[in-house]
Amino acid sequence: MSWAGLSDFLDMGGYGLYVWGSYAVFLICIAGEIILVSNRKRTLLKHLSLIHQSTKQEKRNETAS
Amino acid sequence: MAINWFKYSSPASFYFLAGKMIPFFSIAAVVLCVVGLYIGFFVAPTDFQQGEAYRIIFIHVPAAWMSMFLYVIMAVWSGIGLAFNTRLSSMVATAIAPTGAMFTFLALWTGALWGKPMWGTWWVWDARLTSELILLFLYIGFMSLQAAIDDPRRADKAGAMIALVGVVNVPIIYFSVKWWNTLHQGASVSLTQSPKMASTMLTGMLIMSLACWMYAIAMVLIRTRAIILERERHTAWVGELQGATQ
Repeated sequence: MSWAGLSDFLDMGGYGLYVWGSYAVFLICIAGEIILVSNRKRTLLKHLSLIHQSTKQEKRNETAS
Repeated sequence: MAINWFKYSSPASFYFLAGKMIPFFSIAAVVLCVVGLYIGFFVAPTDFQQGEAYRIIFIHVPAAWMSMFLYVIMAVWSGIGLAFNTRLSSMVATAIAPTGAMFTFLALWTGALWGKPMWGTWWVWDARLTSELILLFLYIGFMSLQAAIDDPRRADKAGAMIALVGVVNVPIIYFSVKWWNTLHQGASVSLTQSPKMASTMLTGMLIMSLACWMYAIAMVLIRTRAIILERERHTAWVGELQGATQ
């Protein structure tokens, strides 16, 4: 398959809106899922490190007292 | 040599195994996607009936397949979790649902954008489209039910019931084009008949399906790891994990 140029490629034989509308939403969904999952992991790790620090702090307080 | 099959049913060992596997699946997904899209847009010829509009097939069919495969896998893991009371199986099932729902939505969305130029309508209430929409509701039902129950073990069991009952919908989707007269065309790939489309079209579609598989596996592994950390946060090994990363 050879395209005459970029505009021919984007036109998709008159079906550009449908073809690119499909691919654009596909890309948005996948990018969105990747962002959501990595955010979830990041907040979780931050949260866990806070728990860890506070338990360390408690232990330190216990040994000090 | 005896293999301990249950070793990786422990969330802690699975956490580290999954962590090692994620990069391979992610890289495979990217490489296959690039190759598949190249074949789809630059190698595969124009369809003699549908012109260039058929190029939606390279994401529509993989998304539709994944929506069904992922549901069956989710139901199997839910069932194993219910039968053997293995925590990890239920966590994997929970991790599959959002990716499955996303692929179901994409199958419907790309189908609508394909239906408009070819059939003249975005949507018809025919068997194939309606049963796929029911699949989306099953995924959403599974996720909302689990989110509504505070105790994770009870949420696992309740979700498993939806997943197992709903699995009957998957063969209905698959055979809907045979059992009823529908606007939707028949199966794109069949094991008993030779393919009806040009071989480069088929190759592009199969490579894109593999890419979606790799992507889905990577996503499910990442999400399962997050669920493991959330549920096991009070255990000693998660504490040690945090100690090691600081």
